[in-house]
Amino acid sequence: MSTNAYYIPHKATWPIIGTVGLMMTLAGFANLLNGSSIGPAMMIMGFVVFIIMLAGWFTLQSVESESGMYSTQVGISYRMGMMWFIFSEVMFFAVFFGTLWYTRNLSVPWLGGFGDGPGRATHETLWPAFEAMWPTNGPGEIGGEYEPMGAWGLPFLNTLILLTSGVTCTWAHHGLLAKNRDQLIKGLIATVALGFLFVGFQAIEYHEAYTEMGLTLGSGIYGSTFFMLTGFHGFHVCVGAIILSVVLFRSWKGHFKPENHFAFEAAAWYWHFVDVVWLGLFVFVYMM
Amino acid sequence: MSAVVAEHDDHHDHHDHGPEKGLLRWIITTNHKDIGTLYLVFALAMFFLGGAMALVIRAELFEPGLQFVEPQFFNSMTTMHALIMVFGAVMPAFVGLANWMIPLMIGAPDMALPRMNNMSFWLLVAGALLLASTLFMEGGAPASGWTLYPPLVLQTGAALPFAIFSVHLLGISSIMGAINIIATIFNMRAPGMTLMKMPLFVWTWLITAFLLIAIMPVFAGAVTMLLTDRFFDTSFFDAAGGGDPVLYQHIFWFFGHPEVYVMILPTFGVASTIIPVFARKPLFGYSSMVYATASIAFLSFIVWAHHMFTVGMPVAGELYFMYATMLIAIPTGVKVFNWTATMWKGSMTFETPMLFSIAFVVLFTMGGFTGLMMSVAPSDFQYHDTYFIVAHFHYTLVPASIFILMAAAYFWLPKWTGNMYDEKLGQLHFWLSAISVNVLFFPQHFLGLAGMPRRIPDYAVQFADWNMVSSIGAFVFGFSQLLFLYIVIKTIRGGTGEEVTSEVWEDASKHSLEWTLPSPLPYHTFTTPPKEIPTEHF
Repeated sequence: MSTNAYYIPHKATWPIIGTVGLMMTLAGFANLLNGSSIGPAMMIMGFVVFIIMLAGWFTLQSVESESGMYSTQVGISYRMGMMWFIFSEVMFFAVFFGTLWYTRNLSVPWLGGFGDGPGRATHETLWPAFEAMWPTNGPGEIGGEYEPMGAWGLPFLNTLILLTSGVTCTWAHHGLLAKNRDQLIKGLIATVALGFLFVGFQAIEYHEAYTEMGLTLGSGIYGSTFFMLTGFHGFHVCVGAIILSVVLFRSWKGHFKPENHFAFEAAAWYWHFVDVVWLGLFVFVYMM
Repeated sequence: MSAVVAEHDDHHDHHDHGPEKGLLRWIITTNHKDIGTLYLVFALAMFFLGGAMALVIRAELFEPGLQFVEPQFFNSMTTMHALIMVFGAVMPAFVGLANWMIPLMIGAPDMALPRMNNMSFWLLVAGALLLASTLFMEGGAPASGWTLYPPLVLQTGAALPFAIFSVHLLGISSIMGAINIIATIFNMRAPGMTLMKMPLFVWTWLITAFLLIAIMPVFAGAVTMLLTDRFFDTSFFDAAGGGDPVLYQHIFWFFGHPEVYVMILPTFGVASTIIPVFARKPLFGYSSMVYATASIAFLSFIVWAHHMFTVGMPVAGELYFMYATMLIAIPTGVKVFNWTATMWKGSMTFETPMLFSIAFVVLFTMGGFTGLMMSVAPSDFQYHDTYFIVAHFHYTLVPASIFILMAAAYFWLPKWTGNMYDEKLGQLHFWLSAISVNVLFFPQHFLGLAGMPRRIPDYAVQFADWNMVSSIGAFVFGFSQLLFLYIVIKTIRGGTGEEVTSEVWEDASKHSLEWTLPSPLPYHTFTTPPKEIPTEHF
């Protein structure tokens, strides 16, 4: 493929619209956090603009893609873009997994008087009675009494759900490659449904944690790491399920060919990534 | 030795669109040259804003006692100066150079993802606007230092969430830019341009882009935890809840150490591009330069806690981070020796870009050596949080990164604009900068060794003399940069009027593809890939 065929758009209006939307969303959120009355309205307006941008930009891309404007080389750029984006997401989750690892294995033991880390002095001068253990809400028992989340109820069910959705996603991909549109659509419907089912169960789990177990975001370091890790993951499941819904819609409209379906691939990669993160969560947050 | 594409004339292949008319051109452009220009102009503006803040700091420190500003505002100035220079000036300037030069150097028609390229730039502006807006907020701009350590930073007033979201926007912008650069380099090279035939600037940016994608999400995660600790009752950095404020420092520096290399690796790339042209020799040790850059990038991920020797760490940690840090001197030494060997027995001339590059080699080496001094953990207990560290990292940033950015501007402005800069004024700018930058930062080594702490608006009288010298250097350096602004504007608006060839510099086309194209560069270049590529650097 010669570089001649590389498609270079000559004007782009969506990026500036998206930038304005994102900036308003975040400035609105910051105002909201500061208790300013213009915060919520600004945030909602910005978010609407941002969503309009996403819809518009992706529609443009899919129209261009379907009209055959993207050469193989353009497709490679998109695939690289998605791969490195997922890598950046891996690093984002690595921060929170790292936080969990550091607190469980280093700083909480130091705070309990073990080892020669910086928390040791805090133990001796402030909380000599604190005993290191996990889970913990710290020597100050921040957030009061709570019950830790078990692994073998809803979380295990959710593990099965996500793993199954990975299978249905691959089944849909096979359908796409074999020009079996029916299998493609059914596979995607199953994947999206399982995705939203996961989110639904997680909502029930959170509800139980808050109303019955006393476990909140404010339950010391255990509550913080638990909700931050599972919360960001749940958010990613939502995003992935929405992306897959768009892919489902496009499949239903007859888009994608066996040799040209970048959007499907990107969505599937993202979905498998979210799946793998969940396995990490299940082992390190729930089981251990 | 050289195999150069037949020279184009001024008429460019015209089945393509020219630029949009008016202001709209800059808002919706997808052209790598336009976006490069936007980045560079933005970076220059931020350089002056951040510089003005530095002069507030140096004015206050001219004499002991409190003269001009409140301590809280002084601390806001040190914080904002750093954030603006790092995220607003140096990084965007190198991204601007990447936008301009990478497609030209690898023979590509544009960046791989032109629409996203536009968004990278505008998100940078959005992030910078959020950050700058904190200056006018209740409680003032963040005053915790650019590291934003808790618990201190959690005492920031209304500015805190804005600063945090600004970091998020700047991070998204950097990640998008970096993804674009990687996709461009891996996917858009002209036929025959194998990885080991790429100009070193392209190599250094490839590695830098990888660093950016790996670290910006880490910083985003760290500040997100600050946000939830302040507003959503989490205890990540609160020992009472079982968290640990030192955890923030580990995460921050896991980001922060590669981050400082994000600012220096492209610097190495530009220096490796300029020095061979004016030494009229191929770059010495091309492949060792590539491997050294990769080694430095790898090491940058495993040395972060050398920023935290005095914070408290198990002894094994202190030792590990000390030895690992010392290793960085090896690949860095390879580079310095390679630049020196490139100049050895070259038929050198000393135009402004070369002067800045040579100053970079000498002064960056000094900054490197003070870094080596501080890598020794027990010695660092003396230097930590003093003016010694301030002198160290300013030597690696100002007469290194900033000087190389100046060199790059003088080197490529004639190519970009088709006009020659005024060599006499350029040399004046160089000598003013090179002398004043040493007057500014060299005495800070003495202050630091004598025990003057950093980030304070007032100090004991025994530090008075060197502070005064340093402040004088600061004002001379700062105002000398107005001369640079003048030279740049004058060059854009016609320069000296002398004819600029496509090569600009003697035999430059042997080194890199951009010199095979006409000056000024047409709006679209390499719409068909070049037939042959320069091979001088082997």
